[in-house]
Amino acid sequence: MSGSRLDPWVDSYAERTLGMTASEIRALFAVASRPEVVSLAGGMPFVQALSMDVMADTVSKLIRERGATALQYGSGQGDVTLREQILEVMEEVKVTAHPDDIIVTTGSQMALDLVTRVFCDPGDVVLVEAPSYVGALGVFRAYECGVVHVAMDDEGLSPSALEEAIRDVRASGRRIKMIYTIPSFHNPAGVTQGPQRRAEILRIAQREGILLLEDDPYGLLGFDGEPPRAIRADDAEGVIYLGSFSKTIASGLRVGWAVAPHGVREKLVLAAESAVLCPSNYAQLTVSEYLATQPWREQISTFRDLYRERRDALLDSMTSLFPADITWTVPAGGFYSWITLPEGLDAKAMLPRAVAALVAYVPGTGFYVDGQGRQNLRLSYCYPDPDRIREGVRRLAGVIESELEIAHTFGTGAVLLDSEGSVNPAPNIL
Amino acid sequence: MSTRVVVLAGGLSAERDVSLRSGRRVAEALRAAAPEFEVTEADVDSSLLEEFRADPPACVIPLLHGAAGEDGSLRDVLESLEIPFVGSVGDACRLAFDKPIAKSLLFGLGVNTASSVALPHSTFRELGAQAVLNAVISRIGLPLIVKPTKGGSALGASVVHTAAEFPSAMVGAFAYGEVALMEHFVEGTEISVCVYDTSDGPVALPAVEIVPPAGIYDYNARYTAGTTEFFVPARLATDVAEAVAAVALEAHSGLGLRDWSRTDLIVDATGVPWFLEVNVAPGMTETSLFPQALTEAGVGLGELARDLVLSAIARNS
Repeated sequence: MSGSRLDPWVDSYAERTLGMTASEIRALFAVASRPEVVSLAGGMPFVQALSMDVMADTVSKLIRERGATALQYGSGQGDVTLREQILEVMEEVKVTAHPDDIIVTTGSQMALDLVTRVFCDPGDVVLVEAPSYVGALGVFRAYECGVVHVAMDDEGLSPSALEEAIRDVRASGRRIKMIYTIPSFHNPAGVTQGPQRRAEILRIAQREGILLLEDDPYGLLGFDGEPPRAIRADDAEGVIYLGSFSKTIASGLRVGWAVAPHGVREKLVLAAESAVLCPSNYAQLTVSEYLATQPWREQISTFRDLYRERRDALLDSMTSLFPADITWTVPAGGFYSWITLPEGLDAKAMLPRAVAALVAYVPGTGFYVDGQGRQNLRLSYCYPDPDRIREGVRRLAGVIESELEIAHTFGTGAVLLDSEGSVNPAPNIL
Repeated sequence: MSTRVVVLAGGLSAERDVSLRSGRRVAEALRAAAPEFEVTEADVDSSLLEEFRADPPACVIPLLHGAAGEDGSLRDVLESLEIPFVGSVGDACRLAFDKPIAKSLLFGLGVNTASSVALPHSTFRELGAQAVLNAVISRIGLPLIVKPTKGGSALGASVVHTAAEFPSAMVGAFAYGEVALMEHFVEGTEISVCVYDTSDGPVALPAVEIVPPAGIYDYNARYTAGTTEFFVPARLATDVAEAVAAVALEAHSGLGLRDWSRTDLIVDATGVPWFLEVNVAPGMTETSLFPQALTEAGVGLGELARDLVLSAIARNS
């Protein structure tokens, strides 16, 4: 006699869905959406900094003048005018290309999906930073890739660790298909590869014949000086570059892009057509209209100033309020700082206490596929204003104090080891 | 003028998401069963009472899980505003929501409860954790289960098989509450019995037998459709089925609960039911137990909610 499992299709799902289950962490994030909670968790751009009158005029003009095009299907590769404008945007990070090298996607998340779909068979290995962007890990897992984390230091992906990982993976008989890296203002680590580091990583990828997937959503959001030069600027054949308007204009428009070598781009377009036929013409033309009529560089400068002020509020309040033995990265741009808790504290186990204290963050384990990151958490400063950030840090400091007391009481202060038995590597050295 | 019914769901507890899903489900069922009602859903925030004062609803259905929803405080506020509501009054909720108190009262009424100890963190800090944990193990034995004394959905709960697992289980429980219940883990069949009030008194619905995949009915097993296998009615001998229904009715009446409740039990290998806890705001999600028991009994969720709303309005008039 069998009972009911409340889902008649439970035996029909693909194996890759096995990990798709309800979780306490997702449940806690439901609370984080309440206004009483200071959420230092999500990476939501502060779109309120845009002029809504300007956006309304942009959309209104678009529909009045080109409504029949905006509301129609478009090209699978994306609008050609927008692709030309994207070239102009990429000049900021010194990437030169032809409009035909670009494919416009529904956010750069879709570009990640397409690249993985085109390159990876189940079991193929993708090398990623330790930690890495949770959305990329989700895509790699969905295509049943083997994900191998490579250690970082305060300048991002470690070249020596990368060489070692390549050796180890190949020695185990597995194929490496890509190195996935976020060189500028890393999510979640908040660190940035310098020019020398980028060159070393590119040299390794070229020497080993491994495709480099460069994800650059935050590249224009540096707080000091010129935007970092993209790795793609120095290799048009071995690097796929992913860009996005989510942080520089608005995430709700869902417009991103990939720049890829000719042969790859052809495959990406075919894959995109099979996935969505074409990206939204309405969203693409809105972005195009905005870029054509608005001082977008000034708007990015406004975003930079706003996020710099919030970054400073986070760093200053952590310095004055956090207990000793907590370290964090100092981001020179982007949205995030990566926090390392004192030995023995578990950021995931601490989250319910934090949410009860009306502050939320993302536990570090979400940025790994192998259980690392228990001692870490990501704080984002992009959305709450500086006063809310300070209040959030104050609440979090109290939570950490309580957690330390409980850990002390129960003697759970042992050094956390990763699956290899070594202390977690992490970019957290100040 | 239509009868305005507000389903309260959400709140700030860790079970917010579950509560929102319960609320949506009950609201939809009630709209279908009682088109004469104007059914709205509301979260609990600082504007709620002002809105209730300005335009008092005919009845409220509190489906908040966790602290404010089940500890009686919100219901006390509704009573003070003289707003009729479905469910138990504040005093009864306070007894039911605190697991050690509910266990103790029901033990006094002859219900089997597993031996247990409830202690705050401060006790461990002051007396030394290891000494206290050792004392607990020698008193109630292994395996044992650790959980927050207040709260649901198995959040913060873990089974301890060896002494080495005990400290981290305590840390997990204290993440969700200030006091932890350490209870002898009774091996057996997990059973829930839902009870609802009728004009002829409380009625026990067919027992639900829960068979989680790894033997533990944790958060994932509760809310991922397809993960856990349910048998309704539970595969129990007639006398055992009657015994579990009797425990649920005793919990409902003995603690002074009203309208609806769900009692969780374990039936051990000899057929003896052991009371675990009783819920005053039972889950009503797609994977929850109350709707499954209602379906088996041929009772519509919307029809039951309608009857309970009418009853709540009648007792306040």
